This record gives sequence, C-alpha cells and structure tokens, in this order.
Amino acid sequence: MDWDVVIGLEVHAELNTNSKVFCSCKNEYGSAPNTNCCPVCIGLPGALPVLNKQAVKYTIKAGLALGCNINDIAIMERKNYFYPDLSKAYQISQLVKPICLNGGIKLSNGKFVRLNRIHLEEDAGKLIHNENIGSLIDYNRGGVPLIEIVTEPDISSADEAVEFVTKLRNTLIYTGVAQCKMEEGGMRCDVNLSIKPKGSETFGTRTEMKNLNSFKMIERAIKVETERQIDLIEGGGKVVQETRRWDDVNEETVAMRSKETSQDYRYFPDPDILAVTISRQDVEDIRKTLPLLPEQLKDKFVNEYNLPEYDADVIIKDKEISTFYLKCVELLNEPKQISNWLMTNVLAKLKDDTLQITPKQLTDIISLVLNRKISKQNGVELFELIWGTTDDALKIATNKKMINDMSADELYKIIDEILVNNPQVIPQYKTEPDKILNFLTGQTMRQTKGKADSKLVREYLINKLK
Amino acid sequence: MKDTTLIQLVNDIKSGKTKAVDAVKYYINNIKEKSYLNAVVEVFDDAIQKAEEIDKKVKNKEPLGRLAGAPIIIKDNMLYKGKKCTCASYFLKDFISPYTATVVDRIIKEDGIILGRANMDEFAMGGSNEKSYYGPCKNAHDSTRVAGGSSGGSACAVAADLCVASLGTDTGGSVRQPSSYNGVFGMKPTYGKNSRYGIVAFASSLDQVGPITKTTMDNALLLSVIAGADEHDDTSLRAPVDNYLSQIKGNINNLKVGYCKQIIEKIKGTPYFSKYKKVLDFLKSQGAHLVEISIENIELALPCYYILAPAEATSNLGRFDGIKYSTRNKDAKNIGQIYNFSRTDGFGKEVKRRIMLGNFVLSSGYFDAYYNKAKALQQNIRESFKTAFSKCDVILFPTTSDVAFIIGSMNKNPIEMYLIDLFTVPANIAGIPAFSLPFDKGENNLPLGLQILANDNNEGIIYNLADFIEKNYKESK
Repeated sequence: MDWDVVIGLEVHAELNTNSKVFCSCKNEYGSAPNTNCCPVCIGLPGALPVLNKQAVKYTIKAGLALGCNINDIAIMERKNYFYPDLSKAYQISQLVKPICLNGGIKLSNGKFVRLNRIHLEEDAGKLIHNENIGSLIDYNRGGVPLIEIVTEPDISSADEAVEFVTKLRNTLIYTGVAQCKMEEGGMRCDVNLSIKPKGSETFGTRTEMKNLNSFKMIERAIKVETERQIDLIEGGGKVVQETRRWDDVNEETVAMRSKETSQDYRYFPDPDILAVTISRQDVEDIRKTLPLLPEQLKDKFVNEYNLPEYDADVIIKDKEISTFYLKCVELLNEPKQISNWLMTNVLAKLKDDTLQITPKQLTDIISLVLNRKISKQNGVELFELIWGTTDDALKIATNKKMINDMSADELYKIIDEILVNNPQVIPQYKTEPDKILNFLTGQTMRQTKGKADSKLVREYLINKLK
Repeated sequence: MKDTTLIQLVNDIKSGKTKAVDAVKYYINNIKEKSYLNAVVEVFDDAIQKAEEIDKKVKNKEPLGRLAGAPIIIKDNMLYKGKKCTCASYFLKDFISPYTATVVDRIIKEDGIILGRANMDEFAMGGSNEKSYYGPCKNAHDSTRVAGGSSGGSACAVAADLCVASLGTDTGGSVRQPSSYNGVFGMKPTYGKNSRYGIVAFASSLDQVGPITKTTMDNALLLSVIAGADEHDDTSLRAPVDNYLSQIKGNINNLKVGYCKQIIEKIKGTPYFSKYKKVLDFLKSQGAHLVEISIENIELALPCYYILAPAEATSNLGRFDGIKYSTRNKDAKNIGQIYNFSRTDGFGKEVKRRIMLGNFVLSSGYFDAYYNKAKALQQNIRESFKTAFSKCDVILFPTTSDVAFIIGSMNKNPIEMYLIDLFTVPANIAGIPAFSLPFDKGENNLPLGLQILANDNNEGIIYNLADFIEKNYKESK
C-alpha cells in the first residue's frame, strides 16, 4: 500500500535581543550558570514581568519577512505546568491572540507551506544532571525570548521539511532577529507526523517529536518515524497519539508520554502584562527596516547584475556572503567577475576558515587583474597573501614585484628572443597550435616572472606565427 | 505619644519635640504588652538603629522626608531586603527577601521606619486572620473576636497603637474589612495606583496595596508617598500622582453622593441600615446632593471574584514548589514527590481550597463557562459603575454590615465566610478606589465601617468626604 506522509512543524528560535523578554538580564549564551539572573527570571515571589518591546518588534519583523498578518492586539498568556527548569511554574506564551498569523514559505518544488502563526514566549532554564551532586538548574536561559513558528500540516517528506527549515532559518538570519545557532539550541524543531493511505482525505493519528536541533536529526527522525508508523499500521497495529523522543544514538524514536496522561496547561491571559497594542504605523515602521530577503536578492542578482541563477543561489545561501558580495559590487561594478572570484577563491577558503578578507581588498585585487596591472596568476597569489591580513593589495603587489611595469615593446622584445631561441617549435605550430602557444606563453611568463599579461602575450604570438 | 497620628508624629520628630528612637521604643513596648493580640509577627531588629539615624539627621538639620521617623508596619507579604517574608505560611517560614518592594522602598526613601511585619491570613486568603501559620490575630477592641482579614495584623496594629500606620493589601476587601472591624481607616486605591513589585501575588489583576491609618489625613499622606508609576510593574498607572492632602478642603458643597438601590435592598431592616441612612441625611444637611443609582449585576461581583481570584492564585502560587526557596519535604525522593509532599505540607487548608477551585475553573472544558464568563461579567460590572459615576461623585456602601465576629464562629462553612466580602469585592472587580472609615458603633460598642467608592483616580474626592465625616459627623447613639 502507498502512504501519504503529513507533517506539521513547530520551530522555536531564540530572538537576538540584548536583554531577556521580561527583565533586563543579558540574553547571552555560554555565561557561568545563574549569572544572567534576577528576581524576575528566577521567579522570586513578588517579581513582575515587563515585556521587552524589542522582542515584540523582532517578532513582528519575522512575521513580515514570512508574509504574516500582524494582529492589532496581542495577548501574553500563562501556560501552567510544573517542571524545575520553569521557575514560576508557568511559561509566559501566547495562545488565543499571537502577534502574527498566516504567512508561509514557498519550496523549490512550487509547494507553499502555510504558517498558522508566530508567537512570542520565554525559554525555560536548563537542568544539569550531575552524578555526584544530583540535578542542578541553570536559569540563565530562563526568560530568553523565543518565537514559535507553527506550520499547517502541509509538508509531505523529510526533504520538504529540511528545505522548509533551511529557508526559514535563512530568512530569520537575514532579518537579523535571530541567529538560529542550532548547535547552541538557538533553533529547535518539533515535528508532528502522521500517515494516511495515498490520496485519503482523513488524517491519521499523529505523534510529536520534540527538540530536534539539527537538519540531520530532522531528516532522520522523519524517515524513521514514517517507517515506524507504516510498519505499525501494516502489521495491524494502531498509532497512539503521543510525544516521542528522538534517540540520536540508536536512530529510533522512543515513546515519552501519551496524550491521555498529558497535561492540561490551563492557559489564561497573564494579568501582569497589559495587552500589546500594535498600530498599523508600528507595523509599517518595522516593515521599512526589513532588509532584502534571500529570494528578493536572487531576483536582484539575476535581473540587475545578470548573474546566472546558479551563482545567485550560491551567494544568497549565506547572509555573510551575500552581504560581502553586495559591498564588493558597490566598490567595483563588475558583478560577474566578483562572483567568479567569490565562488572559486573565497568559498574555497571558507570551507575551513572564517571570512578574512575585506570587500576593498578583494575588489582591489580584481581591479589590478582587470586593468592588467598584475597577471591573473599573480592575482590569485596576491589573494592568498592578503587573506587574514589588513594589508593593502597594491602595496603587497608592489613589494612582491608583481606589478607589470614593462612596456609592450619590452614584452615583444622578450617574446621575439624566445622565438629566436626556440626555432624548432615554429614548424610544429601548424599542426599543434594550442600546444605550441601554451609552451611559448609559459616561457614568456617564466622569463617575466609572471608579470606579463598572458592575454597580450598570446595575441602577439598568434600574430607573429601567422 | 499615645494614639498620636502620623502627621503629628512626623511634625514632632522634625521639630525635635519627639525622638524617633522614643517613638520606636514606645511601639515596641506596646507590641510586647499586647502580644496577646498576635498582630505583629516580627519586630525588625534594626528599627532602633534606623530611628537613631533619623534623629541624627534632625540634630544635624539635614533635609527630612515626608515620613521622617514614623514607625510603620508592613503586611507579611511585602518584601523588605534581608528580612523574612513568610505570607504567614509554613511554606515560606524561612524565606528571606532578596530585594525590597517598591512601596516599602518609597516609605524608606521618605525616612519612614519599617518597624516589623504584621500577621495575616496565609497568602492573603481569608477574611478573619484566623488562617495564619502564626495563629489568629485578635481584634484590637475585643480579643475574643477576629481582627478581620486578610490584613488583620496591619489593621489591629494601628488600632491597638502598635505602630503609627501600616500597609495592607486588598484583593477583595482585605484592607477595608479589617479596618472596619478594628475602627481604623483603610484605602484600596484604584487598580494600578500602587506598584505590586515585591508584593507576593495573590490575584494579580485585583491586588492593591493600601495604607491603614488612624485618620483620613494620615491615609492621604501615606498614599501620596507610596503611589505612582513603577517601571517594574507593567500594570502600574502612568498618570502622575496627586498630593492627596491638598485635596482635603473641609467642605462637601454640591458633592453628589450616590446610594445604590441594590445595596439598600441587601441591608434594609438590619441595624446597620438606620445608621447608614442617618449618615446620608447628615451629608444632605451639609450641602451634598443624594442620588439614587443602580449598579446592574452588583450581586454577581462576589461569584465573579471567587472565580477570577482563585484562577490567578492557583497560577501565582505555582512557584512555591519546594525546589528553589520554599520549604521542601525531607522525605521526598524524586521530583514528583518534591512537588507533591512539599505542597501538601506547605499550604494550609484555605489556600489548598482556592488552588483547587482555581485549577477547576481554568481546566479545559470549564474555562469558557467559568473564567471567560467571569471576565465578561467583570467588564459589565465595571461599565455599570462607570454609568453610575456619570450621575454621582461618590457612592456609599457598608464595608461590612456587622461588627467583627467571634473567633472560630465561622469555621464550619467557608461560603458563609466568603459572603462577608459582599460589599468590598465590587471595588476590586471594577478596579475603582474604595475607602473604609469608622463612622459608628454596633453590637458591644464595636466599630462599624462606612465605605466610600469613587471613579478611577478619584482618591482625592474620597479623602475630602471621609475627612469631612471624620471631623463633623456625630455617631448615631
């Protein structure tokens, strides 16, 4: 039997605000335990939350980038449950009136994955289990602002899910509202998954897998859980609605708790926080701060810069690269040349390094090459030399004697000498022109220590050997 | 010193006529002598030292704050850094405040002295101060009777001259009812007038801190000090605060005094009614206009309150879980047991009752029928009051229709106890200011309170009328 897979995602992303969402403690990863804490975020008696306006703005900005409608009034609610990492025994979240509704992301296969909502909430602290001491709690993360992006059940495969999360992550990074560092837990994904007979209108019973924090985990968990559900049903069994944990070591999903015993969160509006009113003017002001998003940049690169789609796709994949590229084009109006250098030289470096060249350095090198001040070969060498330094391209080229300071006549004189010294190759030119041309060009480059403009050399040789 | 008012005491200290240290010693001595009242659960050991600092300032002619040297007692649900704050609960019996509540801080900034903390019903849940880890607080006028609650200790301490003024909190009448029972003056201001930062929350949307004093003018002064916007409390009102003393004018010409049809129905035929009617007649004779008003659904304020307050309380009290700072049961072996055993030990019966009630009304399937309906009703009652205040400036209610009851006499039926809040709860539900002042005597010559309600932010109008009654009205017998 063939099956359809039905997937809905709930993606949590920590917002990139300076302070936490309800107090002025630092929103910072990696500090010593319980150092970014105050009466509010450790839930002391009498402490009250005051909503961070920047977190609201960032949520609106994320919503606008994802095509959401922004509610006029948003309400913070309390989600009540007991867990030691939750200092107040309730999480301040949103249920009935979230900040953003609808919106969505278009996948490369043309499918539009609809969003249900984006809401703002606070993160919980972290439990640290120590064999000798017992369980400890670090509340540094407690109260860090999170947005939860909830999709409709529009996703039908692991590949679609991974593409969706990739595009979502990239969009959030582009807007600057979140860093989405998955390895630090800055972005986590819950997967709701069910299967149904191919073409059936009725959804099957779904399971939820929580806190998947890498693309590989998302992909593997979906594949494994799909197989599990198919095997279960085909073997005459029934899927139970439950939360399952992904066991990354054994590559399997494990039942955590069923819906029967699940908690009633007893949501109600948080009486400590006034309803958030969002004016149309606020929304428009925030819209103005939106940068060009990946798809818009791609259009710009293809239509304005005449880049091949392939180049554009590579460049927009990473905000740092596209920002670098845009700055380069601002300095030197040679979009395709810059793209070539970026894709071959810069990206090769970035495989195991961070970006260590400035737009000015790169475009200076490219200009030197394009103006035939240095050869392409020396240009590449110069690029290697300048990487990781703050040096000026022209200065290094001069010091390293890379500058082509020969006149054309001087060059021609050298070539003429080479021809005289290698008379045996001239007859061969008729039968193997490329081989001979390469040989003579190579000789010239060696003689000039790489300074000569190889293009000029070839032109002269072709003319001479005619 | 005996029965001195706040304003008088501050003047005497400022002028050097009285030493702050002597004032503190006087009250500490009274607390000891009247320890049987069980009103004050701790005298802070640095009070005398603080008083000496004030006296030094007086001597050095340094500028002095508006409460210079005044020994003030705070309810045991207000945080004062380094001091215990227990909410009269076993659960918090060892809790030391790590920071100071905004209202307490404002008293200290005006050179007031925080003398100690007052008994209360556990977590401010109760109307008699019988439900306290420290045992019942007794009525200042008759120790066989209750002090009222939940701010029973705060009201009794003022009435028994154990301090010059105190702070209480009022969620459904917890400042006004014990003030009425003890014959003192207690204000529940407009919701948001006072910061709730550092006050252990009972029902966040209803809780307000209120001053309890020996006179109306003292009350106006103390409220002027503690009121006002606080960046730590999103619900605190941003509007600037008046100097309420300057609004006390000494006359009530053309004041439109409302009496509520539905309330009259409730008290008609009781001994309270004749006293109430007499005060209305008096006000008319002094230049006020009497206006009959109707407040639709006012009788539903009480059920509305007993849905909303427990709902919020159940969530607010979740943080007391034995994990971080509340008393942990020593036998607990795992996380489930820490929660279960500690909360079973930690909370008293009345608190547990309200936690259960709150969880019930919030649970899925009941939320719309209870919580949402109560919220809609609250809006409706608030609008009824708004309409009424388009016709009058103030409305007179009883605070309670009877004097303090005998300790233990109400313990059989919690509903009966809840009904005492009938006249005080509407102001909390509507968010409007309400003040209780002693105006007459009832059974056994025990004090009876009259309640003045006004529109949002009209505390000044209330104080003007209350001061006029206080100074000019002769009680009925």
